[in-house]
Amino acid sequence: MEIIKRAIAGTLESSDAYVEIEPNARGIRCELESVVEQQFGDNIRGLVEEILADCGVENAKIHIIDRGALECVIRARVEAAVMRGKGE
Amino acid sequence: MKNHKVVASLEEAIRLSGLKDGMTVSFHHHLRNGDHVLNMVMEAIAQMGIHDLTVNASSLFDIHAPLLRHIENGVVTHLKTNYMSGGIGRAISAGILADPVEFRTHGGRPSDIELGRTPIDVAFIAAPTADPMGNCTGKYGKSACGSLGYAIPDAMNAQKVVVVTDNLAAYPLTDWSIPEIYVDYVVAVDAIGDPAGIVSGTTRITRDPVGLVMADRAAQVIRHSGLLKDGFSFQTGAGGASLAAAKYLRDIMLREKIHGSFGSGGITGYLVDMLNDGCFEALMDVQCFDLKAVESIRTNPRHHEISASHYASPSARSAVVDSLDVVILGATEIDTDFNVNVHTDSNGSIMGGSGGHSDTAAGAKLSMIIAPMFRARLPIITDRVKCISTPGRDIDVLVTQGGIAVNPKNQELLLRLKDAGLPVVDIHDLKEMVERTTGTPAPVREGGRVVANVIYRDGTLLDTIRSVPAK
Repeated sequence: MEIIKRAIAGTLESSDAYVEIEPNARGIRCELESVVEQQFGDNIRGLVEEILADCGVENAKIHIIDRGALECVIRARVEAAVMRGKGE
Repeated sequence: MKNHKVVASLEEAIRLSGLKDGMTVSFHHHLRNGDHVLNMVMEAIAQMGIHDLTVNASSLFDIHAPLLRHIENGVVTHLKTNYMSGGIGRAISAGILADPVEFRTHGGRPSDIELGRTPIDVAFIAAPTADPMGNCTGKYGKSACGSLGYAIPDAMNAQKVVVVTDNLAAYPLTDWSIPEIYVDYVVAVDAIGDPAGIVSGTTRITRDPVGLVMADRAAQVIRHSGLLKDGFSFQTGAGGASLAAAKYLRDIMLREKIHGSFGSGGITGYLVDMLNDGCFEALMDVQCFDLKAVESIRTNPRHHEISASHYASPSARSAVVDSLDVVILGATEIDTDFNVNVHTDSNGSIMGGSGGHSDTAAGAKLSMIIAPMFRARLPIITDRVKCISTPGRDIDVLVTQGGIAVNPKNQELLLRLKDAGLPVVDIHDLKEMVERTTGTPAPVREGGRVVANVIYRDGTLLDTIRSVPAK
């Protein structure tokens, strides 16, 4: 699946995540800012890779501002951003 | 004999007090995040070129951020306090002070002052109303804050006492909290504080459904504890869920016609309502949290002002906390041994302090922690808290939205709650249940050097807090 335009999902509320996705020439570039970086940073980066792979996204820049969202919330926000960014 | 103690300025009072390098000054925190007095006094001291001071303040709030500059400039080299909010705490955690902060409790501080362990050279009393001889009170004036309980031991034990007021009344001010016999100098200033930061207009109960579930459970635990009967005594914090618990408790007490003896602590409008509804005979008030509490302590003779020693000192012959049945307290973390952290956040940075937490927990027959299972993905229950603020031996029960964990040391309570059909779970099982939702957090990296010592109410070292690199 190709990301063809910039798209966002989520909010900056506590316990939510704000996700921005945009096209990238080659590969996945993930930037994460998280209030729980020490406790869950690596876990979240792994999760995002997994979700993008599940969605079949091979090239994208993704920027996440995490306010302590649960895994299911991050998954929902990333999937929503991907759907919006594929531009169909 | 001079007929008043009024001096022209803070500088004059400081000069007359004989304050010198290396001495200790003290402050109280009834003006909370609206306090101007600490900043005014420390600015005057800095201008006078005095250095190497110890500041002993019952609590520090973010409005006291100018103190950080005085630390950097060597005006202040030691801090003793019972609580500091996150803005000050982050700087301390980053290591701006060479010597560790000494954290005490609201009861341990006056105890150590009275025992001579932490002598005060000059105490500064922020007084919403005072007369020219120093009789003073927090009940009246544009900066009214209600009780002056934490200032009383300072006034009684400091070498010199300076009253700072923005409402100089005619002598004699009869309804005093601190009498003239302790006061050396009186200084009139334009404003001792910003009323908006001194007391909340109203403190509100939570509307968060999770908080309401916890509050309802908390009230049910109290109801079935065996303690809720005539003569019942109670304290709660001003947090939204704790206040909601007080409201549910009030409904139960009114419905079942239970007449309690007293409510204590930092007093909010919710406890005032309980007093007026006949749930309690009296309120024992060391600090007012909102305007309704200030109004009540001014007008209702059953609403009593008490000193910090009377509230919680472990070396007093007795203190109010010793007669408490139930206290509801908060936690940033609690571990499987029921130790509670209220000093540091999830990254180990200072953002609080014991206040009366460990005093009331030690005194009350039932000490309850009320907390959500997790906050922003961070589980409330850990294997070991990052800082022990209150030892687990003093905590009886943890109430969360997912279940109630009873400390195994209190088998009677465990049986009572089980018999009542309340959702009791082992704290280890509750921890696993939470982590199934949040995931298991990776351990936070170890801090650096010791930036604070947590001193238990009896004067022994309870724990240490280590530095956290600034972001």
